[in-house]
Amino acid sequence: MSADMKLTLKVWRQKNNKDTGSFETYQVNANEHMSFLEMLDVLNEDLVRQKKEPVAFEHDCREGICGTCSMVINGQPHGPMNATTTCQLHMRHFKNGDIIVVEPFRAKAFPVIKDLVVDRSAFDRIIQAGGYISVNTGQAPDGNAIPIEKNIAGKSFEAAACIGCGACVAACPNGSAMLFTSAKVAHLGLLPQGKVESDRRTKAMVAQMDKEGFGMCSNIGACEAECPKEIKLENIAFLNRSYFKAVFGGVEE
Amino acid sequence: MSLTGLFLILFLVIHLIGNLQLLKDDGGEAFNVYAYFMTHNPLIKFVSIGLYFFIILHAVAGLWIAYQNKAAKGSRYAVSHRHGTSWASNNMALLGTLILAFIFLHLGDFWYKMKFTDQLNMVSYESHPVAVKDLYERVATAFSELGIVIAYLMGMVVLGFHLWHGFQSAFQTLGLNHVKYTPLIKTVGKIYAVIIPAAFALIPVYFYLFLR
Amino acid sequence: MYEKITGEDPYKMPMKIYPAVHYTMGGVWVDYNLETNVPGLFATGECNFSDHGANRLGASALMQGLADGYFVLPYTIGTFLSKEITTPKFNPDSEEFIEAAKNVENQIQRLMNIKGSQSAESFHRRLGKIMWDYCGMARNAEGLKKGRQMIRELREEFYKDLYVPGSDKEYNPELEKAIRVADFLELGELMMVDALERNESCGGHFREEYATPEGEAMRDDANYACVFAWEWDENNPKLYREDLKFENVELKTRSYK
Repeated sequence: MSADMKLTLKVWRQKNNKDTGSFETYQVNANEHMSFLEMLDVLNEDLVRQKKEPVAFEHDCREGICGTCSMVINGQPHGPMNATTTCQLHMRHFKNGDIIVVEPFRAKAFPVIKDLVVDRSAFDRIIQAGGYISVNTGQAPDGNAIPIEKNIAGKSFEAAACIGCGACVAACPNGSAMLFTSAKVAHLGLLPQGKVESDRRTKAMVAQMDKEGFGMCSNIGACEAECPKEIKLENIAFLNRSYFKAVFGGVEE
Repeated sequence: MSLTGLFLILFLVIHLIGNLQLLKDDGGEAFNVYAYFMTHNPLIKFVSIGLYFFIILHAVAGLWIAYQNKAAKGSRYAVSHRHGTSWASNNMALLGTLILAFIFLHLGDFWYKMKFTDQLNMVSYESHPVAVKDLYERVATAFSELGIVIAYLMGMVVLGFHLWHGFQSAFQTLGLNHVKYTPLIKTVGKIYAVIIPAAFALIPVYFYLFLR
Repeated sequence: MYEKITGEDPYKMPMKIYPAVHYTMGGVWVDYNLETNVPGLFATGECNFSDHGANRLGASALMQGLADGYFVLPYTIGTFLSKEITTPKFNPDSEEFIEAAKNVENQIQRLMNIKGSQSAESFHRRLGKIMWDYCGMARNAEGLKKGRQMIRELREEFYKDLYVPGSDKEYNPELEKAIRVADFLELGELMMVDALERNESCGGHFREEYATPEGEAMRDDANYACVFAWEWDENNPKLYREDLKFENVELKTRSYK
């Protein structure tokens, strides 16, 4: 039932941002019920026991909701399973004897800090540029004071499922952050409460995104295919629409 | 990219309708008269300048974006497994460059010879007041060579792939997205990407097989 | 979700269910403005206790972070800042800053210099096992005493045999983990002490000695209608009792019957 497996890992090791980095090969004894991160824990325990430096990787909740884990497994951000973060990827999806290549997210705007850890603070700055919502939250009943169409609320909710992990940028051959930014613009911009500052927010977030050095969207769709939360490309169309509206129809502040 | 692209998509239809006259069994009369009209009507002349401009703009902007995006990606993955995307989407810059090369070849063959040289014979038709250049004959000559026919066929395959991504992508970039219409746009785009280049490709094949 | 984790289809295979401590509720005390009792220090998202207590799963945790950041703080932080306009900038070279930095630096050096053989992760796992066994869903005085002793021994071993690879002058997740585990070893002991001190069953705290004949939790409102707050001390943590006052409702025992 619980099958043990022997794996060969080729892991990207890079001491810091200035180091060029290279692959190291390791042998790991894992179990099919482990998550990918637990398998890396086993590897790291081994390395520490040998007084070697363990592989640095980011992780937090391990429940697929915090967006902290980030790595490219066999050429796919968060590995081969659809709609799954690395922490929720289980080893049963690999075979005994597999060679697995593990790399950090690669994009100019996501510089490598160490090994598999990249600096994703560019995302934080995009969010910050968006600012806040000037709607009084009030008491619980006030939340339902403005009726919102079911499918609009649903779309907003789906966009809000974005955990900001950066897999979209990692998957994009252009290193574009359009899927992330569009999700963050859409989950507020779709709702009446978020429409108040929509123009300002959209322009500011797009400007910040460009400033961070992300690439341009050419509608390839790799982001949508790799997104662990299945954020849809239609958010990007929404962002484009909002942006045109803000630039051509908006009132200058 | 999207606006110039959509303009060029529209142009392809006009261009195809005109060119299909080549298939008419009248010794080239309709086509030659049409070619004369297209090179002498002031409005068409004006639009054609816009066309050259859009082609150049589309190409320059595309290459610039491709360059910027390559820089934004930084380093490449050792293993790349891109699922859920079409080959065309990933290679738009390459396809576009090939199309640009094809356009130069194509213009050199016909457009340049017609407008800037006297290599073409003059023919007169009863229906037309003045004599016109026999572009039809030039087309027939060019498409009697197997090499040129193959080059044109390859050009159309490349164009097909470029349109396969380009058509729906233009709408997405403009933010024209709708639950009802997006699937329609995508289907129309794919049909367009097959039909238009296939219809163009029909011309050299027809000439090579039947009029040589 | 179940299938993703276990690899079994719950429509075909009965689900495997195991009672476990969900998460320890709690979190940093905040007022309605999300400000802690340290003026100017705001605690937002799931680290505060305002909505559910700390550490909830998925959507509720994410949503609290979004709601606090987008909707609440923009209104409440201004209240604090408006009074601060006249406060001069703090001097980062003042005694307090230097002392705080030195304390952290000392702790880092202490951990780096142990140079033992076991990883922080292995201590964390052992601590988790002790907490699971003796301070889990149901606990009793005997187990809590034993657990506390085990944690104390583990802490001693930690400071003798920890190995932190790498250097403290670069990004070092192992060092970060070691600092956290050092804290957990103290927090874990406090949880044992707290559970031992509270001689009743209440909420997530079920003391086997204090149960009704039907096995339900038996509260002792006369003695324990209060919050326990602890000040850490290696040997004798100091207890602060804060009585709970109910003005509009009266305390009752919840019954599902």
